[in-house]
Amino acid sequence: MTTYRTKQDIEALVTPFQVHRDVYTSDEVYRLEMKHLFANSWVFVGHDSQTPNKGDYYTTQIGDQPVIQVRHSGGEVKVLHNRCPHKGTKIAIDRTGNTGKFFRCPYHAWSFKTDGCLLAIPLKKGYEGTGLDQTENGKGMKSVGAVMNYRGFIFARLAEEGIGFEEYFGESLSSFDNMIDRSPAGKLVVAGQPLRYMHRCNWKMLVENQTDTCHPMVAHESSAGTAVKIWEEMEQPEGAPKPPAMQIIAPFMSPYEFFEDMGIRTWPNGHGHTGVSHSIHSDYSEIPGYFEKMSEAYGEEKAKQILGENRHNTVYFPNIMIKGPIQQLRNFIPLGPDKTLVESWIYRLVDAPDELVARTAMYNRMINAPTSIVGHDDLEMYERAQEGLMSDGLQWVNIQRLYKEDEDLDTQAEENGTTERQMRNQFHAWTKFMTMSLPSEDALEAAE
Amino acid sequence: MTITKDDLIDFVYDEVRMLDEGRYDDWLNLWTEDGIYWMPLDWKQKDEINETSLMYEDQFMLRLRVERLTGARTFSQKPKSRCHHVIQRPYVDKIDNDAGAFLVTTQMHYVETRLDDQFLLALTAQHELVLKDDALKIARKRVDILNCDAAFGNIQLLP
Ligand code: FES
Ligand SMILES: [Fe+2]
Repeated sequence: MTTYRTKQDIEALVTPFQVHRDVYTSDEVYRLEMKHLFANSWVFVGHDSQTPNKGDYYTTQIGDQPVIQVRHSGGEVKVLHNRCPHKGTKIAIDRTGNTGKFFRCPYHAWSFKTDGCLLAIPLKKGYEGTGLDQTENGKGMKSVGAVMNYRGFIFARLAEEGIGFEEYFGESLSSFDNMIDRSPAGKLVVAGQPLRYMHRCNWKMLVENQTDTCHPMVAHESSAGTAVKIWEEMEQPEGAPKPPAMQIIAPFMSPYEFFEDMGIRTWPNGHGHTGVSHSIHSDYSEIPGYFEKMSEAYGEEKAKQILGENRHNTVYFPNIMIKGPIQQLRNFIPLGPDKTLVESWIYRLVDAPDELVARTAMYNRMINAPTSIVGHDDLEMYERAQEGLMSDGLQWVNIQRLYKEDEDLDTQAEENGTTERQMRNQFHAWTKFMTMSLPSEDALEAAE
Repeated sequence: MTITKDDLIDFVYDEVRMLDEGRYDDWLNLWTEDGIYWMPLDWKQKDEINETSLMYEDQFMLRLRVERLTGARTFSQKPKSRCHHVIQRPYVDKIDNDAGAFLVTTQMHYVETRLDDQFLLALTAQHELVLKDDALKIARKRVDILNCDAAFGNIQLLP
């Protein structure tokens, strides 16, 4: 049975403040997301520094599409579908490697330049006069629709035609800028391996949770609350600074007012961030020598301005979040309606003291690892939600906190930090990019 | 007091038994004040500080981890997990009674379960032990997971 076929079918799943549970549980909706939403939007692929040399590649996926990020002989980064045009074999299987000047398929040795163009086929005379050169497959490995390298961060749009990168992200790129500007050299380099954390829940639950400011003091009481309690029980010398671990975990217990006051900013196309004025990252202790390096690079005033921005989580629709102040990026990779792989990457600030990346690595393992006492309770909530949504008792998920009638999500806004506006913003964009390439009811009827 | 090979082997057996039986106060007493539990994320990882690890925990963090397990609002432990170690006879890599420093490497299988789920991890644990007030203490424990680069769900107890 096919329930969801048209623009109207999908539009009916999202109201201004409610989302139908099928959006999280239906296999059909999930397939449409892969086909339309992830094709029409700009999706994060990887970082430039993962493929620094010519021939370096990195394999990942955009939605459910296997792709290769590769450094082409010209120096630029290409994103290719990871599929041999002959019989479909994946060209690269390892997560990273160097392919030299060309890719060679391990099945029948068709070879391709690092921009995907067909280079050679063994015993080529077998194709003479067959018309292979007239087919799309005969051209080589297929490129994605469009690629953008934004200051080292690689994004791709699968669809050939569609919204441009600048228009899609607009002002939201200011969060990337702030993260990258925190390097005195204006450059980030990936540090170590990403955490890979499997979640048996829908990918959108994770994206929503990034700006869910009413959960930390509740869901994380067992970790952050216990940390604060133990710390208070321990005898501290007068005026001793909190150790880095406490600086990281204690702010999760901040009261509602802290989160209300920090603010949320949303941008068109589903992007937004928490922490307009301050965040859980604001009160980390200074790292000796860092400000001096920043002042040298930017001048004191600009340096202060860069470091004064302490945005908490910035969501880039559809499926990543970055933390500018600590150079972390989390990629919520959908694997099924109820399965999501979360990769948490960290980056080193070029020309900054090592203590910064050490703190970021600590944050990553303390909060976002499969072994993290904070992550455990988040995952527990998502999985309980995924199971709870199977209930037929109610059909809708509520995202109404601080909702006002006639909310305009196509304009930038700054609001109380506990609003669920950013979640509504994501679903507004979800409908837009889902339906962009879906037929309307009338068109479908006319065709049938 | 002289530490023998058997003392070291018994120590490792006793430690995993404490973990399996949930005797965490006893377990915390096995550590030196600045003892570190390290679980690398990358195969053969060398840098535990400037790259992400699965765990790199001092005594404050270990105490927090253990206390949390019994909290009234520890939602991911309702119901509680259970764990089980099956260990091979430890290799005693170093006995230096003069310096009071010892190194033991143990291959083990670790099983953790909660509700209907159960998973198995193949581990190599390396214990750096020291003699403090006539007792062996863990100065550093490194636990490498054979498939450290795989994606895991929650690992909630202590491998
Ligand atoms: S499948 Fe790749 S060359 Fe045949
Ligand atoms: Fe959380």
